[in-house]
Amino acid sequence: MAVTVSPERDTVATPMQRALREALYAGAISFGLFVLFIGLKTGQNISNELVLTTRWGLLAAVVIATAVGRFLYVAYGQPFLANQKITDVATGLLPASVASRFFQLPAFIVAIIAAVLLFVFNSSLAGWVGAEPAGYLQFLRALAVIYVLACVIYYFRAFIHANFTKLGIAALMLYPILVVAVLSLSAWSIASGLQGSLKWVDNFGIQILIYVMLAWGLNIVVGLAGLLDLGYVAFYAIGAYAYALLGTQYGLSFWILLPAAGAMAAFWGVLLGFPVLRLRGDYLAIVTLAFGEIIRLVLINWREVTNGSAGISGIPKVSFFGLMSFNVSDPNYIAKVLGIAQSGAYYKIFLYYLILGLCLLTAFVTIRLRRLPVGRAWEALREDEIACRSLGINTTTTKLTAFATGAMFGGFAGSFFAARQGFVSPESFVFLESAIILAIVVLGGMGSLVGIAVAAMVMIGGTEALRELDFLKQIFGPDFTPELYRMLLFGMAMVIVMLWKPRGFVGSREPTAFLKVRRAVSGSFTKEGHG
Amino acid sequence: MQYFVQQLINGLTLGSIYGLIAIGYTMVYGIIGMINFAHGDIFMVGAFTALIVFLALGALFYSVPVVVALLVMMIVAMLLTSLYNWTIEKVAYRPLRGSFRLAPLITAIGMSIALSNFVQVTQGPRNKPIPPMVSQVYNINGISVSLKQIIIVVVTALLLALFWYLVNRTSLGRAQRACEQDRKMAALLGIDVDRTISITFIMGAALAAVAGTLFLMYYGVIAFSDGFTPGVKAFTAAVLGGIGSLPGAVVGGLMIGFIESMWSAYFSIDYKDVAAFSILAIVLIFLPSGILGRPEVEKV
Repeated sequence: MAVTVSPERDTVATPMQRALREALYAGAISFGLFVLFIGLKTGQNISNELVLTTRWGLLAAVVIATAVGRFLYVAYGQPFLANQKITDVATGLLPASVASRFFQLPAFIVAIIAAVLLFVFNSSLAGWVGAEPAGYLQFLRALAVIYVLACVIYYFRAFIHANFTKLGIAALMLYPILVVAVLSLSAWSIASGLQGSLKWVDNFGIQILIYVMLAWGLNIVVGLAGLLDLGYVAFYAIGAYAYALLGTQYGLSFWILLPAAGAMAAFWGVLLGFPVLRLRGDYLAIVTLAFGEIIRLVLINWREVTNGSAGISGIPKVSFFGLMSFNVSDPNYIAKVLGIAQSGAYYKIFLYYLILGLCLLTAFVTIRLRRLPVGRAWEALREDEIACRSLGINTTTTKLTAFATGAMFGGFAGSFFAARQGFVSPESFVFLESAIILAIVVLGGMGSLVGIAVAAMVMIGGTEALRELDFLKQIFGPDFTPELYRMLLFGMAMVIVMLWKPRGFVGSREPTAFLKVRRAVSGSFTKEGHG
Repeated sequence: MQYFVQQLINGLTLGSIYGLIAIGYTMVYGIIGMINFAHGDIFMVGAFTALIVFLALGALFYSVPVVVALLVMMIVAMLLTSLYNWTIEKVAYRPLRGSFRLAPLITAIGMSIALSNFVQVTQGPRNKPIPPMVSQVYNINGISVSLKQIIIVVVTALLLALFWYLVNRTSLGRAQRACEQDRKMAALLGIDVDRTISITFIMGAALAAVAGTLFLMYYGVIAFSDGFTPGVKAFTAAVLGGIGSLPGAVVGGLMIGFIESMWSAYFSIDYKDVAAFSILAIVLIFLPSGILGRPEVEKV
């Protein structure tokens, strides 16, 4: 099919012609982009010189995949999406007609049977088919379970939508117990259930909740007060180092140092706040970024105090309010006090509930503050600084309180992080962390606590889940490490989610407090002022 | 005195590279008002392209004159890096134009993460050293000036002259300046705004690619993560000079270069970045819109 290049080509070309042309363009562009980076690989030879090896096959595969993908998208994807848009304009995440076709009773029953069968005969099947296809079976099982869960969620969607917060909190409360119970049942032993729960509680539960807390803290600065902060990780670092230094040097307890770390971070928030009061928008952004970098560089270079890049290790564990300890050697070790078997999982589960409590505290304080004068002033500041000032709101204190409150929660999260890791180093507080936290806030929909929690779960949980995809090794060969692609996919996911939902998962800028009635013109329709 | 002049020359070299990158930030900011966070990684892609071209030249031909090699590296890097920035603009920024302020910033950060990890995945995580390309050093009154430094300063000066001509004397530059002042009005007057913005991204990337090539030649090593620090420094330079102002970007770049080399020469090398960032904060306290930036007048 000839590609016609004429001024009226858009009007003349049929969808197929257009798709072919777009595919050719996409192929050509991807060839240009990837010819050097995928086609050639720099590597070291024996005498440590750089040499090039060629990978033309891979390059051809990528270029063809791009072209085919573009063709399919333009030829079939775009018309389909356009149709969907007409049929259901205002639905949730999935277009309703697709969802109702996708979740059907027969498929649901098949999935349940498949999941149950695979669970019951897992070990015998693995022995029967050999180790290699067993990976696929496990993947299949995971898919079936996910499908069943999605069906249940779909069926009860109205109920879930109505009680989302309560259900969410209940699920978070029960999560470690459920994990331990399921794992204990599947292995018929509580000890191995506890051991197996470590990964799920620590890597998924605690890791995600730390980011939820950080994002909720940053949400106060960015989402409520509208001040773009690119150096939030600095407060996280201050909290972590405050606990690490005071805990190791003076042996103070976590429960004293937690508020101290929060207060210290808040103090630094005010210190940062003062010089940047006059700055707006992107000038503010770069100064906060610079502040974050300064803190990190000082942590690296002030070796006498911070031990430089080597970091601080041996940070004491949190105790159960001083009553029980999680150190095996202590006389009041939890297993000795309660008379149960030793396990490292108790500490992780305790930490899980601790960070959950801190998260809920953050959420509670945010929700209450939003209704107080200071929170309303934050929202007013976000919408329009000049109008705010002419209404007699003191913008200085408003900005400083926003910085201080946000920083305080960052400090709490930091001291928790130090206690959980037992080790801190400047490596953990790079700009990328600030960027990830900011991305979670924006992807979740600024100002929306639920949206931010969902975004944290998707982005952090998703990248953590990539560590688990070992079965991909069987497809792409043993050299394939999915972990390498983790941050690449994370970056691309950030772009895709943002393009898909520019206002975030739950995007609303509606004011929390309003006079008598909610007006028709909500914040979403008006332009945002510069913060 | 000799020591001081020596540091001045080092600062000038460093500042030239920062200035070239900073122009990309400031142009994009001026025209669509967004911080192109991926620009530092675009710079890194430029340097990596130059590295691969250098290796390919070495593999294909027995020996290539250094001037030809540098020229080829620079031109290929400019072309391919422009293609990268053009694609990124088209895919990640254009659909979000007119959306709220933070949306393109987040896609830019996402693209920055994706780009650096793309290079890590495809080219490996190690540092990539190359043998020195130019090694002559001239000694004038006890001040040593290497040929590398002369090349950097001369290339930068030439490019800036060309760039100045493009922006101030051609219809393309006029279109850019018009879009910068009022995009809607420019569109009404028949300027293809999308095309102008694309060209702006291409120009910024081309300058960053040259900076990357010069960086590779000067330091002789590049790694996938090397985009971040020069990127942040260049962004600092752009803000210091007044973001949106082209002479400001060059002035800011030179200032950051001087601060860094002077601080490492007279105080401590560990804290040179701290010094650069602190001076940024101090300058912005007294001049909230940078050295050459126009103060933002907000009409109510």
